[in-house]
Amino acid sequence: MFYREAGQFKTSYKADQAVFPIFQDRVFVAIWLLIGFVVVPMLANEYVFRAIFIPVIIMALAAIGLNLLVGYCGQVSLGSGAFMAVGAYAAYNFMIRIPELNPLICFLLGGLSATVVGVIFGIPSLRIKGFYLAVATLALQFFTDWTFSRIDWFTNYTPSGSIAVQPVAVWGFIFDSPIRKYFLCLTVLLIFTIIAKNLVRGRIGRAWMATRDMDVAAEIIGIRPIYAKLSAFAVSSFFIGVAGALWAFVHLGSWEPLAFDINLSFSILFMVIIGGLGSIVGGMLGATFITLLPLFLNQLPIWLGINMSTAMVSHLEYMIFGALIIFFLAVEPLGLARIWQITKEKLRLWPFPH
Amino acid sequence: MNETDRKLGPTILKAENISLAFGGVKALTDISFEVKEHEILAIIGPNGAGKSSMLNVINGVYHPNAGSVTYKGNVRQRMKPHEAATQGIARTFQNIALFKGMSVLDNIMTGRTLKMNAGFLAQCLYVGRARNEEIEHRKKVEEIIDFLQIQSIRKTPVGRLPYGLQKRVELGRALAAEPTLLLLDEPMAGMNIEEKEDMSRFILDVNDEFGTTIVLIEHDMGVVMDLSDRIVVLDYGKKIGDGTPSDIRNNKAVIDAYLGVSD
Repeated sequence: MFYREAGQFKTSYKADQAVFPIFQDRVFVAIWLLIGFVVVPMLANEYVFRAIFIPVIIMALAAIGLNLLVGYCGQVSLGSGAFMAVGAYAAYNFMIRIPELNPLICFLLGGLSATVVGVIFGIPSLRIKGFYLAVATLALQFFTDWTFSRIDWFTNYTPSGSIAVQPVAVWGFIFDSPIRKYFLCLTVLLIFTIIAKNLVRGRIGRAWMATRDMDVAAEIIGIRPIYAKLSAFAVSSFFIGVAGALWAFVHLGSWEPLAFDINLSFSILFMVIIGGLGSIVGGMLGATFITLLPLFLNQLPIWLGINMSTAMVSHLEYMIFGALIIFFLAVEPLGLARIWQITKEKLRLWPFPH
Repeated sequence: MNETDRKLGPTILKAENISLAFGGVKALTDISFEVKEHEILAIIGPNGAGKSSMLNVINGVYHPNAGSVTYKGNVRQRMKPHEAATQGIARTFQNIALFKGMSVLDNIMTGRTLKMNAGFLAQCLYVGRARNEEIEHRKKVEEIIDFLQIQSIRKTPVGRLPYGLQKRVELGRALAAEPTLLLLDEPMAGMNIEEKEDMSRFILDVNDEFGTTIVLIEHDMGVVMDLSDRIVVLDYGKKIGDGTPSDIRNNKAVIDAYLGVSD
């Protein structure tokens, strides 16, 4: 009843090509932005920022980045953890070696370093597809694990191999409290989301999707596969690299190579799959789901008043987590974004479906 | 309307002694033919005669083992498909090769990729040329949508469309590139008579209005005889006939190999 596009006539292609052509959607997004930038900071406490909002936001950024590659361009990658590691370690090295640099610039340089690595490790995608490509990107994962734990230069010869950093300071403003960190991450996510959306609705995005859906036809139209695939790897790894830098500097504060191991790659891939392949909002939904579900499962016995050993809780957590993922994939293989889309389509008719 | 009353230009495409083999299997043997500007040329022949292979050679998917293709005066032996696209060759496929996850509009917009040139940063921010370009090309795409009468489905994902409409969208995608040479691989396969009539009209209109040269593969002899200016007949990778529809109808070799005799 409230979600209708009836009566909203577009009179120009510009209006029709807007990101949210329907008025109600624009209102909806405005409400979310209001919640994100005003309501949440007023209500949330430190623990909630640290345990929920900041990790969800950073993971959403990584998931959007991976979705550009896997969901839009159809190139399966298991190297997201590695790209995050490259982003984090590169940002760290830029920061300690050129101290005058603004930390935000360092984050972007971290992202660019991930881009370079992404393009190099994207080259196999020109020859191999699907699972085989996934295995090739696994190589990158092991390669970075090894590099950052064995080559001491990257960790600035710290004896333990782990890195601890000061809170990020930009022009004298220190991002030390959780709420400041939250604003920093949210702003970065907002900017990158807009960029991602702009890319996927334009020529590059269509080239990616064309390559994903039918690569031979794409080439015959004049899309060079080398350009489409490598640009997807480049943009995707840039996003993931920046997310890695944020993860290390803003969320973790101190970390060791294990923080970016294969498990992280898997989680981000799950986020993309569960959230919805080929959907920007899917990346956000997936990141929220995968990050919050363990926390929720962990708390559930306490809420229910069941007395259980912590070991038992963590075992159960894994089991339920796995079962839920299978359930979701079986019920809605296109992910949370698809459920959201169906809801919207139903809402158009609600409450008079006939 | 064929044969006499149309003006044909000079030769636009010339295949000379094309041979193509996959391992020991000879797909094409020593095939030569010419296509004149503004012509509709049909390639016919039994299954496995090498018709699709011939199209694949023309737009660079396959590279012939021997022989050469001359297009607009440029001789070439090896060429990549996207190079063929830059030179104005577009095609449709026997088994529909649309981008299934994308809307009709996006599919046809993709056909205009080569005509767009906004920089990467402009695309990131959706400003300047990137935005103007999207709107400008949208106009062209809407003209094609109008031409093919698919206005009502422009936002539908192509995977949800019935077969006949998908074929039409694929034609639209090829037309979006404003090609000088259009290769159609069985544009009417699996269609009912009404859809075939529609498609035939679109093909003739494209040829007429845009002056596009068309090479098509088709099995429906009625359609082929009506549409085409000239017909090339292949059988087992060899050319066994080349001429106007009336020549072909009376060609002994073609009757034996493919057409058969009606009683």
